[in-house]
Amino acid sequence: MGYFAVKGGADAIENSLALLDFFRLKEATSPLEISQIVSQLRIAVGKVMSEGSLYTPEYAAIAIKQAEGDLLEAAFILRAYRTTLERRFVSETLNTREMFIRRKISASFREIPGGQILGPSMDYSQRILDVKKAIETSEDIKSILKTFEGKIDKNNLTEISHHDKVIDILNKDGLIQKGNETEDRKLVDITREAIRFPAPRSARLQMMARSETGALMSMGYSSMRGFGSVHPTVGELRYGTVPVRIKDPRGRIRYIGAIEVTEAEMITETKKTNDDGVALFSIGYGLCFGQNDTKVICMGILDTTLRNPDPSLPANDQEFVLYHSEGIEAMGFTNHLKLPHYVTFQSSLNNVREAIERKK
Amino acid sequence: MIQENKFSTQYRFAFIDEATKREIRRKLLKAISIPGYQVPYSSPEMPIARGWGTGGLHVTLAIIGPKDIFKIIDQGSDASVNACNLRNFVQTMTGVETTLDTEKATIIQTRHRITEEKLSKDQIFVYQVPQPEPLRSVERYENKTRQMHGEADYAKMWVSLYEQFVRHGDIMLGAGYPVKVNGRYIMAPSPIPRWDIPNLNNSEAIHLFGAGREKRLYAVPPYTKVEPLEFEDVKFHIEDFKGTPCFRTGYKKAFLDELYYDDGSKHYVINDSNFLDKLANKETPIQHENDYLNKLENEA
Repeated sequence: MGYFAVKGGADAIENSLALLDFFRLKEATSPLEISQIVSQLRIAVGKVMSEGSLYTPEYAAIAIKQAEGDLLEAAFILRAYRTTLERRFVSETLNTREMFIRRKISASFREIPGGQILGPSMDYSQRILDVKKAIETSEDIKSILKTFEGKIDKNNLTEISHHDKVIDILNKDGLIQKGNETEDRKLVDITREAIRFPAPRSARLQMMARSETGALMSMGYSSMRGFGSVHPTVGELRYGTVPVRIKDPRGRIRYIGAIEVTEAEMITETKKTNDDGVALFSIGYGLCFGQNDTKVICMGILDTTLRNPDPSLPANDQEFVLYHSEGIEAMGFTNHLKLPHYVTFQSSLNNVREAIERKK
Repeated sequence: MIQENKFSTQYRFAFIDEATKREIRRKLLKAISIPGYQVPYSSPEMPIARGWGTGGLHVTLAIIGPKDIFKIIDQGSDASVNACNLRNFVQTMTGVETTLDTEKATIIQTRHRITEEKLSKDQIFVYQVPQPEPLRSVERYENKTRQMHGEADYAKMWVSLYEQFVRHGDIMLGAGYPVKVNGRYIMAPSPIPRWDIPNLNNSEAIHLFGAGREKRLYAVPPYTKVEPLEFEDVKFHIEDFKGTPCFRTGYKKAFLDELYYDDGSKHYVINDSNFLDKLANKETPIQHENDYLNKLENEA
């Protein structure tokens, strides 16, 4: 005990890092390839990009590998990397009506324009542990791909088309609450300036798009289950790719690529009414990188709750929801308790000892 | 020729991109102009976890130049694991000289302590701040605390101090004792012990505070009045070690750590590692001067 040289601390860190590598690699299995992570751990990559707030599948995959599969840690690595990047352009507003759809479902109507498309989803996969996955071979993969391609009639492909959204239908019938004119519609950038409260909707949606999925789920769930009153219907949930465009220095709009996003429009009945005194629907919106139904659905719920502030309900409290669903900050701070606190502790110890002394 | 930058790991000087560094410097200027006022800033993510000194790092990296000499302590010690880690990070990202010598450093980053050795006008002291809001214990909403600061409405704070006195016979605040800066804003001095609070008052050095997770910067400029909150009849006081000497140097006028050895014996040792080293080497570092320390001296 007592004082050790600074070298001691540095050596301890070095050893800890060496052990980290050792425990990752000690079985000497073949190295995880980044391309494998990008393609076979697609959902994880999406989650890391969404919480890491940077769209870059390959770097997200590296982060997942580096973090040994801890997705929050991987998202954290990606966010730190993001800090080093210069921001050269701001994209034009994404138009999700242009989405190249992989999945599109609605719970509010039996049939919707373009039909219900389940797409890739685990919703109806029976969660039975598939032990055959343990012995999946390259041949198996080839055969699965071949069978899949065999089902596609290349001479009879349907044309790419865009369809109205479910909210468009409701809107035409005048059933959706018009934008609230008193609402703060300022467009802020929460990565360039600290969030201020009450926060405009743009800031709230940005915060939630980066929030930790589990935290959003827990708060969204709380509102449905009993600590709130929002129990929405999935108006529409879409997953697919949307084009990203930027304006070049000469003012021409340029296509720079497409990103994978999940989008949810959650319908809730509002307390407000239209001119005839009829109750209206309002839309809660959720959007994030990658495929993550849970996140966008809960974001949609919370978009609605946060537009109706109520300090007695956790999910309707802006500061509560937004500060505490920020996973990377929450993780850092909860873990900082491991840092030494002996000076602060000594200070309170001194107080308590004096108080005991006074009682004598 | 188009350069292939993919998967390259080159980082710029001091890690953060230049535009953001400029933004942080602008906010620091604002903080210095309004002593004790919390300035919101971008607080970009760092490769160090939130709550582990990101705010301090933002400040250091935004102001550091190639000729600076950098020192960092955690709980008063240069050797603490996190201090070692951050020192290594700053050194790697800037190539600046680092030092353990308080007097030699131009920028000193700290967690939870001010050095025992006096600071000069050529030094900048950077604090890592976990909770920048001194009123958080009496008001949970950020929206409201900002308003309270705006209106200098500190009634709730005074009442809470009074309640502590009624319950316990003293103000029970330990580290991070709230102070009033320049007669205007109540400020959280970061969790430094009460021992260090008087050393903020009328200091020659610049004191910059960075709260990364909460995204706030604030400052105490040189020669600024910093007063701990106290009543006319219930006074602020520093930690009392009751004249216990440091077991290594016999010195009494320094903040002490309480150590327990394997045999159950208890020892007190000077907390500030560099100050301890200097005393052990028979050097005579110049200490801060304040009324509380002078009183100790007179009693001794």
